[in-house]
Amino acid sequence: MVLTTIYALLFYFATAVLLFGVGYKVYQYASVPAPLKIPTTPAPTTRTGVVLRMLREVIWFESLFRANKWIWLFGMLFHGALWLVLLRHVRYFIDPVWTWVILIQPIGKYAGFIMMIGLVGLLVRRIAVERIRYISSPSDYLMLVLLLAIGGSGLMMTFVLHTDIVQFKAFMLGVMTFSWQPIPPDPILLLHLTAVLLLMIIFPYSKLLHAPGVFFSPTRNQVDNPREQRHIADWAKRLEDASSS
Amino acid sequence: MAKTIDVPVLKPYIEIPKLQPDVMAGSGPYIAKPDMQAALGFRGELPEDWQSIALNKMGELLKKYRSFQVYMDACVKCGACTDKCHYLLGTADPKNMPVARQDLIRKVYRRYFTLAGKYFPKLVGAVDLTEEVLNDWHNYYHQCSECRRCSVYCPYGIDTAEVTMAAREILNSIGRGQKYSNEIIGKVYKIGNNLGLPEPALRDTLEGLEEDVEADIGIKVRFPLDEAGAEILLVTPSADFFAEPHVDGLVGYAKVFHQAGVTWTLSSKASEAANFGLFIGSYENMRRIALRIREAAIELGVKRIVFGECGHAWRVAYSFLNTLAGPFDFLDPRYPVPQHICEFTYDLLQSGKLTLDKSVNDHRVMTFHDSCNVARASRMGNVPGGQFTIPRELIKAACNNFYDMAPETIHDQTYCCGGGGGLLTDDLLELRIKGAMPRMQALQQATEQYQITHLAAICAICKSQFTKVLPYYGFKMDQVISVHQLIGDAIVFQTDSEHPENNTVT
Repeated sequence: MVLTTIYALLFYFATAVLLFGVGYKVYQYASVPAPLKIPTTPAPTTRTGVVLRMLREVIWFESLFRANKWIWLFGMLFHGALWLVLLRHVRYFIDPVWTWVILIQPIGKYAGFIMMIGLVGLLVRRIAVERIRYISSPSDYLMLVLLLAIGGSGLMMTFVLHTDIVQFKAFMLGVMTFSWQPIPPDPILLLHLTAVLLLMIIFPYSKLLHAPGVFFSPTRNQVDNPREQRHIADWAKRLEDASSS
Repeated sequence: MAKTIDVPVLKPYIEIPKLQPDVMAGSGPYIAKPDMQAALGFRGELPEDWQSIALNKMGELLKKYRSFQVYMDACVKCGACTDKCHYLLGTADPKNMPVARQDLIRKVYRRYFTLAGKYFPKLVGAVDLTEEVLNDWHNYYHQCSECRRCSVYCPYGIDTAEVTMAAREILNSIGRGQKYSNEIIGKVYKIGNNLGLPEPALRDTLEGLEEDVEADIGIKVRFPLDEAGAEILLVTPSADFFAEPHVDGLVGYAKVFHQAGVTWTLSSKASEAANFGLFIGSYENMRRIALRIREAAIELGVKRIVFGECGHAWRVAYSFLNTLAGPFDFLDPRYPVPQHICEFTYDLLQSGKLTLDKSVNDHRVMTFHDSCNVARASRMGNVPGGQFTIPRELIKAACNNFYDMAPETIHDQTYCCGGGGGLLTDDLLELRIKGAMPRMQALQQATEQYQITHLAAICAICKSQFTKVLPYYGFKMDQVISVHQLIGDAIVFQTDSEHPENNTVT
C-alpha cells in the first residue's frame, strides 16, 4: 500500500509539473514579442505556406535532413517509434480501449526496438564524433540513458518478464479516478515508471523544451511579407510614440 | 609585429577539420573608445558591477526577443550545425561551431535564468559570468558574421545571428563595444555614410563619374545628388562611390536609370545603404539609421526607394525598413517599398526596355556568389527564391558564359565571404582569410571545371572582402565584379523616338 501511495502521489506531482511547467513556457514563448521579421529565406509568403513548412519540419525533420543524414536517421527512428509506443500506451488510460489503439498494438510493440536503435545511434554519435562530444554536457548523455532505461525496461516487460498488466491498468485508472488500486510490486515496472515520472518532471526544465519551442521559432513560423505588411512589436511602437511626442 | 597567417590550403572538397581548441582564442577585435560608445548611447567603459548590468541586459533581451528566449531553451545539442560555419571550417576552433558559440552565452543563461542551472550547474554545463567568459564573448561573438548558414540546417531554426546580436548588445551595454562597427555608426550619424564622405566630396565624386562615363561612351549619363522631385531615391553603400570594383556597379545603375528614362537621385543625408545597427543587434541604432532614409525620401519628395547592391543593407531594407521607419504610404503604392536595383533592372528587361549586347562580356566567364544576407534573410521579386533567380537572370542576360559553383555552396546554402557582420576590419584579417576558405574552395573547383574568370557579387562587403582575400588563395583581386558592372557594360543605348524628352544625348 505504501508503494501504491508513493507512486500515485508521484503521478499527480509529475503530471502537475509537466502541465504547469510546459504551460508556463508556452505562455512565455507566446507572450515575448518577435520585433523583427526574421524567417530563414526562402520562406513561405502565406500563413498556409508557413503551416506546411512547420509540418515538414516537425514530421519530416526537413532541415535536419539537409544537415546530416545520420542524425536525421537516428532522430527519425527514435521520434517516429516513440509516437507509436506512446499511442500504444493509451490503452492503459482508457476503458474500453478504442479500436485504433488495438489495431496499432502489434506495430507499437516492435516499435520499441526501433526506438532503442535510434537512441543507441544518437548515443554512439555523441560519444564517437569529436564535434558532438565537445558540445555535450553530462545532462546530454543522461537524457539518452534515461530514455534507454525507459525503452529497455518497457521491452523487458513486453517480451521477457511480463508484469501483471491487468492489475497495472487497474492502478492507473484508479489514480485517474482518485480511487486507488494496488500497484503491482514488480521491480522492472517500478523502474519503468520511475524513469517516466522523472522524465515528466525534468521536461519543462530541460532541452526537451525543443518540442514546444520549435513551434515558436521565428525563423520557421514567420510569413515572408515584410514589404506588404508592417510588422511592429509593442515595445518598438512605444519608441516611435516617444520620439514623435 | 605582423603575425604570419597560415592560409588554408584548398583541397578538392571541403574537409571537416580536426578540432583545435582555442586556436583562435585571443583578445578579440579592437575595443571601441569611450567617445565612440557614447555617440551610440552606450556606456563608455567596463564598470565595476559589469556582471549585474550584463545579466540585467540579458534578462531584458529575453523579454524583448522571442528568438533569443526560444533559442536559449530549444537546442538539444544534436550536432547538425557543427560543420556548417565557414569560420569553423577555416579555423578548426571548436568555439566556432555554431552550437558552441551559442553555448558561450547559453551556459550563463542556464546558470542565472533556469532552475536546472541554479541548482545543478555542472550537470547541465552552466557557468558563472566571469571575466574569462566575458573575454570569450568579445572574441568569439566577433568571429560570427551573422550569415545564418547554421540556421538553415537547425531542426528548430535556431539562428546564431540572433544570439550573436544579443551578445553584442550586452557587450555594448557594459562598455565593451567593437571599434570597427561602432566607429562606423558614429560616422553615419555625423556625416551620413560609413566612409565619412561629406556632401561636397560626394558631389565632386559624382561629377567626376559623369565626366568619366561621358568620355567613355559619349553619352551624358547623370549622377544626380539631392535633386528634389526626382522619382526614385537610390540608397546605396558608400563604397559604391569610389571603391573598386563597387563603383563600376554604380555606373551600371546610372546607365540602367538613364536607359529606363526615369528621374532619380542620391541623397547626401542618406548617402549610405549599410546599417551597422544590425551587426551590433541594437534596435534603437538600427532604427535611427533607417529613419534617415525615410526623412530623405520625404524631403526630396520621391515616389520610390531603390537600394543598390549591398547584402545586409538589403536585409534591413527588405525585412525591416517597413518596421523601423514605415509606414511608407507617401510613396507610389504601385511599387514595393523598397525595391532592389536587381528587381528594377529585371523588370526593365522583362518589359523589353533594356537591350543588352552579351558579346561585350565574352571575355568573361562568370560565376555568382550568393551573399548571405540576401540569400537567407531577404527576397527579390514575388516568389520565394527570387533572390537567387533574379541576379542570375541578369547575369545571363548580360553575358554568354555563366556557371554556378557547387550546389551545396550556393542559394541558401551559400558560404559567407568571411567578412560580413561587422568583421571587415584589418584587426580581424586572419579570421577573414580563414573564413573565406569554403567559398574559395568552391570557386577553385568551379574555376578548374569551367575556367571561371570572374566572380560577380551584389554586396559591398563581399566585394571588399574578396578584393582583399582572393590574392591569398592565388586568385587576382580584380576577379570580383558587380552584377551591374556586367549590365552597364552590355547596355545598348537607344534613342527613344516616341519620347524624345528621354534622350539626353545632345
